[in-house]
Amino acid sequence: MADAQALPATPEKLVRPPRRSRWREAYFGTPGNAFVTLVSGAVILLLAKLAIGWLFLDAVFDGSSDACKQSSGACWPFLAGKLRYMLFGFYPFEEQWRPLAALLLFVGSCAVSMIPRLWGRGLLFCWILVILPLLYVLMAGGVFGLTPVPTSKWGGLPLSFMLSFVGLAFALPLGIGLALARASDLPAIRVLGIGFIEVVRGVPLISILFMAAVMLPLFMPDGVTIDKLLRAQVAIILFASAYIAEVVRGGLQDVPKGQFEAGRSLGLHYWQVMFKIVLPQALKKVIPALVGLFIAFFQDTTLVTIIGLLDFLDTVRTALRDPEWQGIAVLEGYLFAAAVYFLFSAVMGAYSRFLERHFNTSYR
Amino acid sequence: MLFLNDTRFRAVFYQFVAISLVLLAGWAMYSTASANLEKQDIATGFGFLSRQAGFEISETAIAFQSTDSVGRAILVGVANTVKVSFLAVLFGTVIGLFVGIGRLSTNPLLSRLMLAYVEVLRNVPLLLYLLLWYSLIILVFPPVKQAIQFLPGFFLSNSGLAVPALQWQSGFYALLGAVAIGMAAALGAHSIARRRRIASGRGGSGWALATTLFLLPVVAVWASGQLSINWEVPELGRFRLTGGLHIRPEFVALLVGLALNLSASVAEIVRGGIQAVNRGQWEAAMALGLPRSLALRLVVLPQALRVIVPPLTNNYLSVFKNSSLAIAIGYPDLVMVSNTVMNQTGQAIETIAIFMGVYLGLSVLISVFMNWYNARVALKER
Repeated sequence: MADAQALPATPEKLVRPPRRSRWREAYFGTPGNAFVTLVSGAVILLLAKLAIGWLFLDAVFDGSSDACKQSSGACWPFLAGKLRYMLFGFYPFEEQWRPLAALLLFVGSCAVSMIPRLWGRGLLFCWILVILPLLYVLMAGGVFGLTPVPTSKWGGLPLSFMLSFVGLAFALPLGIGLALARASDLPAIRVLGIGFIEVVRGVPLISILFMAAVMLPLFMPDGVTIDKLLRAQVAIILFASAYIAEVVRGGLQDVPKGQFEAGRSLGLHYWQVMFKIVLPQALKKVIPALVGLFIAFFQDTTLVTIIGLLDFLDTVRTALRDPEWQGIAVLEGYLFAAAVYFLFSAVMGAYSRFLERHFNTSYR
Repeated sequence: MLFLNDTRFRAVFYQFVAISLVLLAGWAMYSTASANLEKQDIATGFGFLSRQAGFEISETAIAFQSTDSVGRAILVGVANTVKVSFLAVLFGTVIGLFVGIGRLSTNPLLSRLMLAYVEVLRNVPLLLYLLLWYSLIILVFPPVKQAIQFLPGFFLSNSGLAVPALQWQSGFYALLGAVAIGMAAALGAHSIARRRRIASGRGGSGWALATTLFLLPVVAVWASGQLSINWEVPELGRFRLTGGLHIRPEFVALLVGLALNLSASVAEIVRGGIQAVNRGQWEAAMALGLPRSLALRLVVLPQALRVIVPPLTNNYLSVFKNSSLAIAIGYPDLVMVSNTVMNQTGQAIETIAIFMGVYLGLSVLISVFMNWYNARVALKER
């Protein structure tokens, strides 16, 4: 009998409760737990009922805006009729295959570039020499018989992606430079770096966009005008670089000082030590955090709608103001935009968590 | 060439070049800007601040009318920004705390529901949510003419919520004093009871005594008959509600948007903080016979605070900065008032400098306060 009561020697021999009883324990273990289960379940059912009712049961699938006015559900004809405008803005209608191709090319290239095994110099050159010029030619035209399209006609989702992706691509080197400046031994350089980073991080993005939109023209010599889109892009680059600098600084601080000293004692120059020894280690640590920042910048590009650029959120809002649909499809438009933003942000968030596991260096 | 190989010389040289470049760029911008301004006949300087504003502000945290100065209008903007950020931080933190704890619930249904809440809020831009909440308020509630009166004197419509406003006739300061005295007495009683409990292990928390001490002066003032309060009840006119306290939809949409956005971040921070506390602390608390809720409140949360406070500071600062999105839905915060001023006076550089300066200054203030709080909850090494 004593044998039967002895504790099992190894965990493998532990008797696990049957699956059903574990299930019951998790959901109805105590009266309090049962109450939580019932309330949460009720909330989930209610949300599901609302969603299904709105999306399908009460929804209008075809017909005009009048049919939508009568119904309390979703108005699918609005999405169908306005989809191309919401995605591409005022881009010439017959030419809209170009932003679509650019969008697909961009998303596809990003998806391929997300595989860590492919990272390297080759991929970088491929982006700089092939993908980005191709994207630009597709959007702007002017060669190979493509009609030129001025940037003032660009809009919708391609513009949102461009603002955030180009913003990050240019802000990354600038941010690394700022982080190095902040960590520099030279007091003047350090003070300039700290000053820039702290001022930019202390003010809202909208104020920097205002500066670009309203103030910058005053600082330009007579006759020089800079494209509005370019000004907003520069504002986003400057804003992003300060945040990137802080993330990179975190990575730099994680690299032991001995690495730097060892490099210097080998006779390497400051820049050689930084680029060949310190930065590779520091950047690897902060890649997941950088992806997180990218999600934030992608969401922050919506702010350009306040200074009158036609990003994706702005085209959705304009579509809602169309006299035919005004006041009918507000929820539809915003929820569609929310779904698009959610999709991309959630994918990038999952990717960030994957990278964290991949490098096994949880940031912070 | 010899000079360039000298490290000390190079250090000075680099710094000299960097500073000269910055100064040169600054000078170039200054000279072109002043030339441009002269050409456009725009005066420089801050003299415009004392000019008459000449515009109305729909929501004023401090008294304002269109005959007041531009400077006061900007001050109203600052007050509105501070008001909405403060309330958003308050609500967002409380909601986030509960959601973060719910994320760690042993009940799979609840923890997944909370995960969905966080993900839905974090993966969609705040600006989109602000526009969504604002248009929902406008769509769902009836126009002012058919305002719903759900309680006598409470009107709900798409121009906001109108509630009766308190108007003090007399005795306001007496009541204020009574509340202050009562609070001090209650806190004193509580701390004495606490000290005795720690010293002797006996005696309750003394909350009954504390409550009595708090209520006593208030009741005394009320009983003395000095107090006279009026309710100003809103009235439904033909086109608008007059009188009473008016809570506008722009304010509600901004507050809801900022608070929910913050709550999702706070939930993640709280979850991370609680998970950072050693499992042994939980087990030790359980072994002492504390139920899970008490173990969380008395043992785990105080330790988690240390991990939670620094990232919380950043999130509070971003609420404050994000409140500038108010301009998209028409809540008159600092940026929106400045924008109006900019359009009316043409003083773009000065106005933008003012609001950037205010944001920087208040950011520094908030981080100083949070650093002080962080030092308080930080681990006291003995």
